[in-house]
Amino acid sequence: MRAIVTVIGRDTVGIIAAVCALLSGKNVNVLDISQTVLQEYFTMIMLVDVSAATVPFARLREELAAAGQERGLDIRIQREDIFDAMHKI
Amino acid sequence: MLNNTDILSTIHMIDQEHLDVRTITMGVSLLDCCDPDPKAACRKIYDKIAASAQNLVRTGEDIEAEFGIPIVNKRISVTPMALVAGASDCPDYVPFAKAMDEAARAVGVNFIGGFSALVQKGMTAADRKLIASIPEALAVTGMVCASVNVGSTRAGINMDAVGLMGETVKAAAERTADRGGFGCAKLVVFCNAVEDNPFMAGAFHGVGEAERVINVGVSGPGVVHHALKKVRGQPFDVVAETVKKTAFQVTRMGQLVAREASARLGVPFGIVDLSLAPTPAVGDSVARILEEMGLETCGTHGTTAALALLNDAVKKGGVMASSSVGGLSGAFIPVSEDEGMIAAAQSGVLTLDKLEAMTCVCSVGLDMIAVPGDTPASTVAAIIADEAAIGMINQKTTAVRIIPAPGKKVGETVEFGGLLGSAPVMPVHPESAEAFIARGGRIPAPMNSLKN
Repeated sequence: MRAIVTVIGRDTVGIIAAVCALLSGKNVNVLDISQTVLQEYFTMIMLVDVSAATVPFARLREELAAAGQERGLDIRIQREDIFDAMHKI
Repeated sequence: MLNNTDILSTIHMIDQEHLDVRTITMGVSLLDCCDPDPKAACRKIYDKIAASAQNLVRTGEDIEAEFGIPIVNKRISVTPMALVAGASDCPDYVPFAKAMDEAARAVGVNFIGGFSALVQKGMTAADRKLIASIPEALAVTGMVCASVNVGSTRAGINMDAVGLMGETVKAAAERTADRGGFGCAKLVVFCNAVEDNPFMAGAFHGVGEAERVINVGVSGPGVVHHALKKVRGQPFDVVAETVKKTAFQVTRMGQLVAREASARLGVPFGIVDLSLAPTPAVGDSVARILEEMGLETCGTHGTTAALALLNDAVKKGGVMASSSVGGLSGAFIPVSEDEGMIAAAQSGVLTLDKLEAMTCVCSVGLDMIAVPGDTPASTVAAIIADEAAIGMINQKTTAVRIIPAPGKKVGETVEFGGLLGSAPVMPVHPESAEAFIARGGRIPAPMNSLKN
């Protein structure tokens, strides 16, 4: 199952490293990353595969949100289907 | 891969524009719960609801977490209770409402609809008992919603039932006077009621439905409003296209959630209800969409036209997005549940008469409207009759959910809290309709040809 991780917030050192470390610790494979910084505002979008994750989806979601909160970032993970449904015919 | 702008736009809709799935409603047939012994019937009702919906709330929460989309309500609708309770030998049906309430509490949903009777052509003894039980049932239960269908395009309007419902609405208000007449917020009087409506308070599981079914109601006034801000000043063709595109996206999300819920619960998917259901939150208002189209205040001249466009465009956009559309499907205009409607009513621009006109072009009817506590039952009945006539002639669903707020006068406000919001008490015409309602009988079904 594929999911989209989005990280939005003020740019600080080590955001990508921290998120990737958390994901790899749960055996979540990162398939694609794109990121932009607009006026110190950081946006990262990752396509990940959670099929082999070692924790349930809900737990992953909580841990990502908690990690974001520590750094003042909004980190969320959502199944890819929701975006496909809304933006593809 | 997905476009980043698309991903961020979805997140923005959820975060800033109140995009949500308003309700997952499980319909449950109770026809097999009939029993001559009312206690046995109530036990069967409780058991069947509790068994059918035991995983509903948890499944809803799981889907919410995985897709990152709020699902505001998880609800149950059941077979109109008069059809089930009619088999039992007992004088009143309040225990049946209690059984529904207890089952709803046990499975953790926030409303259960179906304490209902369908009396568009005539009333059975069971229908009369159910209607007589409504005020008490709504007072002693927390989550039970009642509805009565008093008319249809095929049957006409049952004016005896209309008169009775005027009195029932008054009695429900009096019986819950300590809570501002809250009982009336859970009571809907319909014309052309639909069997697969997922929205409360009017949901029931029709007799033409399957054993169990999952219906989903989407929402999104905030998303439509936001989209229209980007086309300010442009012609109505552009407005209609923009609403259609937005409604398509919102409905696709609803369809996905419906399919997912249906698969996980092992319950067939019924319909997606394409509705713009407002909430009292700022930025989630249907009235503000109409004002965005260029009206100074909702309720002024032009409001009906604006609403007609909105309602139609929402359907056109939504129909392609879902494999099966049903329920009420249209823009809702509940006064107390819409921040912009409340403001417009308080300013005196939005009147009961204008709301009635608006109900000719949208779903569903005069909804969540508070009127003075001393409004006579015959006036309430006459308001119901007017609304039923609009539904009957135009072959659409109309409804009345009106609260004659005990002890309150025009200008005061009734607080219900939560999604039900707060209702400014609106004036009604003081001239009597008593002799009109006292006639009783039936308004015949209308011609369906020679239309002009």
